[in-house]
Amino acid sequence: MSVVTVQLGQCGNQIGYEVFDTMCRDLHNTQGFCSKRENEIYQASCKEHFFNEDKSEVPVARALLIDMEPKVISQTLLKAAHSGRWKYGQHSHFCQRQGSGNNWAYGYSVHGPKHEESIMNLIQREVEEYDSLSGFSIIMSMAGGTGSGLGAFLTQNLRDAYPNSFIMNQVIWPYGTGEVIVQNYNSVLTLSHLYRSSDALLVHENDVVHKICAKLMNIKQISFRDVNQVIAHQLGSVFQPTYSSEDSFQYRRNPLGIDWQVRPPLSGLPALEKVSPNKELRFNTSIANLLILRGKDVHSADTGGFKDPALYTSWLQPSDAFCEWRTHRAFNKYEKSAALVSNSQFLLKPLDTIVGKAWNMFASKAYVHQYTKFGIEEEDFLDSFTVLEQIVASYCNL
Amino acid sequence: MAQSVVVQVGQCGNQIGCCFWDLALREHASVNKKGIYDDALKNFFRNVDTRGTGISKGRICSLKARAVLIDMEEGVVNEILQGPLKDVFDSKQLITNVSGSGNNWAVGYKVFGSQYRDQIVEKLRQTAEHCDCLQCFFLIHSMGGGTGSGLGTFILNVLEDEFPEVYRFVTSVFPSGEDDVITSPYNSVLAMKELNEHADCVLPIENESLFDIVSKINQMINSGKPGTTVKQQSLVTLNEGGIKKKLDEKPFDKMNNIVANLLLNLTSSSRFEGSLNMDLNEISMNLVPFPQLHYLVSSLTPLYTLADVNIPPRRLDQMFSDAFSKDYQLIQADPKHSLYLACALLVRGNVQISDIRRNIERLKSSLHFVSWNQEGWKTSLCSVPPVGHSHSLLALANNTCVKPTFMELKNRFLRLYKKKAHLHHYLQVDRMEDSCFTEAVSSLSSLIEKYNELDVTKGLPIHEQVRLNIVI
Repeated sequence: MSVVTVQLGQCGNQIGYEVFDTMCRDLHNTQGFCSKRENEIYQASCKEHFFNEDKSEVPVARALLIDMEPKVISQTLLKAAHSGRWKYGQHSHFCQRQGSGNNWAYGYSVHGPKHEESIMNLIQREVEEYDSLSGFSIIMSMAGGTGSGLGAFLTQNLRDAYPNSFIMNQVIWPYGTGEVIVQNYNSVLTLSHLYRSSDALLVHENDVVHKICAKLMNIKQISFRDVNQVIAHQLGSVFQPTYSSEDSFQYRRNPLGIDWQVRPPLSGLPALEKVSPNKELRFNTSIANLLILRGKDVHSADTGGFKDPALYTSWLQPSDAFCEWRTHRAFNKYEKSAALVSNSQFLLKPLDTIVGKAWNMFASKAYVHQYTKFGIEEEDFLDSFTVLEQIVASYCNL
Repeated sequence: MAQSVVVQVGQCGNQIGCCFWDLALREHASVNKKGIYDDALKNFFRNVDTRGTGISKGRICSLKARAVLIDMEEGVVNEILQGPLKDVFDSKQLITNVSGSGNNWAVGYKVFGSQYRDQIVEKLRQTAEHCDCLQCFFLIHSMGGGTGSGLGTFILNVLEDEFPEVYRFVTSVFPSGEDDVITSPYNSVLAMKELNEHADCVLPIENESLFDIVSKINQMINSGKPGTTVKQQSLVTLNEGGIKKKLDEKPFDKMNNIVANLLLNLTSSSRFEGSLNMDLNEISMNLVPFPQLHYLVSSLTPLYTLADVNIPPRRLDQMFSDAFSKDYQLIQADPKHSLYLACALLVRGNVQISDIRRNIERLKSSLHFVSWNQEGWKTSLCSVPPVGHSHSLLALANNTCVKPTFMELKNRFLRLYKKKAHLHHYLQVDRMEDSCFTEAVSSLSSLIEKYNELDVTKGLPIHEQVRLNIVI
């Protein structure tokens, strides 16, 4: 089953490149800490999901590069081609001459409708190449104009055109200070719209990744490339082939096939009693956790701690909320690695902060004229704020 | 890739414009070693063959500036056409006259405006037609005289009428207090009304500030201290202005080069690649929170690089600190002690995001930002440094520190207007009435009032707005 990656805007394209590069490196790794046969199966599975083979035998990424100005796409295509290890398809990109000016309204209301047909055709041509479609992975930032505005528009369109496909958005959360001044408006508008069409939003916070670079990796002068490579590593460790928990003899067909359904609390039943040895520790309450273990000794790892009821909301049994995949082929030369995908309150504070800042700015009406100029009215802002406050409240009440 | 067109009006506008074209060519020459007409060049230049037809790709044949040169006197434009840049300009892109505007805004606007409107529209259309995606007009002019001020702002109106979708960035040189043109306050205030109403973004420049910067550099060069030899190429006042060299170099050439550098740095991130691009439309989006408050104070650092490789380069952080110092601003203003509405940092060269973040963290505690934009920073990273430097920073601030400049202007205006001094020169111009004056000063007053309203909020405790109450 194939995953179609849609890289949107400068951020989406820069990160998308790193993701494919990471997966390709990992793919060609002979240091899998497993048997040769095992490695071959892993490689075949990865290729099936993310790459096409063409005549030249250089893997072609199953990706579409979309941007409203040409510089980044040119750079990205070149870098991939120069690597020699993989490349993008010749006709897999769409770009225009003038960007979205960091304006969500411009990305959503102007670029969206104007280029809808061309972009959807491009996507359809790509999808038709595959026997079966696992779903879409859309990489975009929230702070700018194209990734955010056009991203929201496109996700809606994809949902309409492919109602049964899985749509996952890789959403890049901007630095708290110093990227784009209207980033909070753009973020609020993006998230509220994505919530209506996307199946899952996988969030990557620049501030958090920056700290990883600084404190864990000891990088002195951190560049966007460093940040993007960490994000790519994280994504790669989730998307690369894994054994399903049901069937430990073959790789799961659908890399995105996590059961993302959140079961709502059954009304009328008393809250399940929580017995936990860790009563003093306060965790962000989760409604779902997915643990992906790769490498040596993976089957003997003790993951009991993840089943602690203290981690989960009172209306969920840990066995329903926790899932683990163990694969003994190592990822990216790390002898042992673990990745955690979590649906929990961890995002509550960052989300609340962004909504708060956006609301403060909205109260003064600053910059609103830039949006109303392109058809996003104050009403639309209020709708978006309402959606997000509901989400904040829902998570708060876990 | 989008294109920009420079419209240079009047003596000042054309002199600065000329410096700009010279520097732009120099910059592209140092980056574009293979002589291919690339997207970066395409922004400001056309590529034409010997017959004058445009060539869209391939080797550079002959570069033509996307510019329209307008002056009601011939002197400056003629000098340009006889100088080293004569082949860069298309003779069809010029509009000149002989009589000049007599330092009279009304003559520039009302008389020459209506006389030349059709020609102006035609030249602009031609230049626009050579672009496959025209994004921005850069208008360069001075405020104190007659042509740049009057005809320049008339053209601003024309740009809005004929090309409403294209951004209008205006670089305006404001007169100093000791300006030798007595009526410069009238001209400036009359022009300001037009800037208020028809410009997307204005970068005000004051000659005094440019002069101070030039003096500072000269001091540095002539100090004779060991290790202070400056890399000539790196001077922000690099003086080979593209105009036929005169024996006595006026400081104006050096001053104009600073403004030319400003324009180059402003557009660097849309021309060249980088890890965080910033296009011109993002400047307006991020720095103009309300339509009338579109005046941006600019500062450029570093002003020069030392030639001696054994002296360690001034720390990167010093560059950021300097950008906020009042000595580096291009108008007489002190942004540190006024209120920021928004601030953009356009960084070029070997600088990474962590350097920018570290400096923002470091500096923000000493700066005052308006309550609803406490983190009002916009950043861009362009990989290509300017010629002669390893890195540079252009800071653009939407800050209430412009208010004193405008108040001074208003006061000088009123001093003249109350005595009705020289008013007859204006009122005798057809369709020029007293109401033009009263409306202009009223427009300026209301602008100043807006800045006042913001200033009073400075230092007040910030109240978080009450959030929406949601019932689940």
